[in-house]
Parts: sequence; C-alpha cells; structure tokens
Amino acid sequence: MKSLADLEEIRKKASAGVGMRKDTHATRIVVGMATCGIAAGARPVMTAFVEEIGKRNLEHVSVVQTGCIGVCRLEHIVEVMVPGEEKVTYVKMTPEKARKVVAEHIVNGNVVSEYTIGNAE
Amino acid sequence: MKEISLHILDILQNSITAGASLVELCITEDAEKDIFKFYIKDNGKGMDKEFLKNVTSPFTTKRTTRKVGLGIPLLKLAAESTGGGINISSELGVGTTIEAVFSYSHIDRQPLGNIVDTMFTVITAYENTDFLYIHKSGDREFKFDTREIKKILGGVALSEPDVMAWLLDYLKEGEAGLTAE
Repeated sequence: MKSLADLEEIRKKASAGVGMRKDTHATRIVVGMATCGIAAGARPVMTAFVEEIGKRNLEHVSVVQTGCIGVCRLEHIVEVMVPGEEKVTYVKMTPEKARKVVAEHIVNGNVVSEYTIGNAE
Repeated sequence: MKEISLHILDILQNSITAGASLVELCITEDAEKDIFKFYIKDNGKGMDKEFLKNVTSPFTTKRTTRKVGLGIPLLKLAAESTGGGINISSELGVGTTIEAVFSYSHIDRQPLGNIVDTMFTVITAYENTDFLYIHKSGDREFKFDTREIKKILGGVALSEPDVMAWLLDYLKEGEAGLTAE
C-alpha cells in the first residue's frame, strides 16, 4: 500500500537533489485535450507520454495539454516542439504510437513521418 | 464518450479554463437508491446569467476559434438518456457548480471507467490548480486532496517521476479500496 509516509520519503530524496528535474524544459509535447480529443482517446495517449518520459527520465521534456487543435477528424493530435526545429504534428495517435514517437523522435531525433499530418492528408 | 470519467475529464477542463485555483469533484454511487451522480465545483470566473441560460446549447462556447462547444451538451444527453439530468449554477467572480445525475441501474448509463487516469491527467498537467477528489460508493469513501500532497512535498514538483508513480499507485489503491471485499 502506498501511504503519505512514502511521499514524505520521496520528498526527502528529491530535496537531497537525487533525480531532481530541472525547470528548463526544452522540448514540448502538446496534447490536444478538448471534447474531440478526449472522445477520440486523448487520455491513454497522454498517460502513455507521461509514463514513457518518466520511465526514460527525460528531464528536458515536458508534456502539456491544450484545447482543440482544429482538425477533429484527425484526432488524436499531438504536436512535438523541439527547439530549433520545425514543429511536428502527429495525427490519429494511440498509446503505442506515442511510445514510438518518444523513442524515435524525442530520444533519437528522427521524426516518425508515417504518423505525421503530412502523411495522413 | 464511452465512460463517465471522460465526461468528467472534459468538464474539469472547463473549470481550469475558467481560471479556477480549486476544483472539487465528488462522485456518489448509491446502488440502493439507484443513483449515480457527481458534481464539479470550481472557484473560477463564473458565467453571467445570459451565458448560463444557453450553456447547454452546442452553439454556446467561450471558444474564439469556432462557434460550437460539445462538452456540456454531451454530458446532458448522457445523463438524460438514463432518466437523470444536469444542473448548473454559476455566479460571476465566484465560480461554477455543475451536477450530473444518472440512474445507477439504467442500461444506458455508461460505466464510470478509468477515473484514476482522469484525475492523474489533470493533477499532473495543472500543478497550479488544486483538486479535491471525493468518491463515495455505498458506505465507503476515498478522498484525495492535492493541497495535502503539496504540503508534504514542499517545493518538489508533482511532475517528478517518483511523485507521479506514487500518485498513480495511490489513486489506484484508493479506488480499489472502494470495491474490495
């Protein structure tokens, strides 16, 4: 069972500087979370990103939510913004695709072009 | 929407967009009285009377990018199709409360679904907003208050991987405790 005491331990560990995340998030993953996104399955995609980023301990990446991106028929939509590079829009995302995007794009720097909006249209 | 927890995620976003610093979600499941209900209460900017009157219409939205908003109409339809309904009260500068009531046993009532993921998603994405979550089922209750959590954490972020893992497990165990033998 997880208890509040466990949380206290986590705080002590984090305060000691072990595994502390820095506030300077360079790369942004923007997940569309309006009614259209949620109905199309945004929530599992969102949690997949958060889990994968945490698992790999990618300190420079932040996952944020936004409203409707505007192409509801291609939901679920995710935008990846790497500093100095053009924004990449991924469409019809699933948790599996999300994990692949983290591995290929975020970690290795290769855009997964088969999932991009340019490929879907 | 396949799950009530998805409606809840959607409506919670309204509270966050309204600039709420505290959002309260209370779910009550009462099989004996055949009621499944929840309310979301926020201290956001609220709505004026005119907007409130039309808020259940799909053609009412605060969005500026387009003229339709489906969050509340979809929830209304879901509740009404089980013989229930929704009720919204709001005051400018004070906040908004939305309540949805479903018939517990109605064949068309969606399952609550993955409420853990809903809470986890909003808690970790909006660190500046506090959430009070209460889930009552029969005579059992699970309560979760991010203000308590943040007090324990001091300045440590909720988005810290260890903290997120703890949060997810804590929420899962709390929910499981409602149905355990």
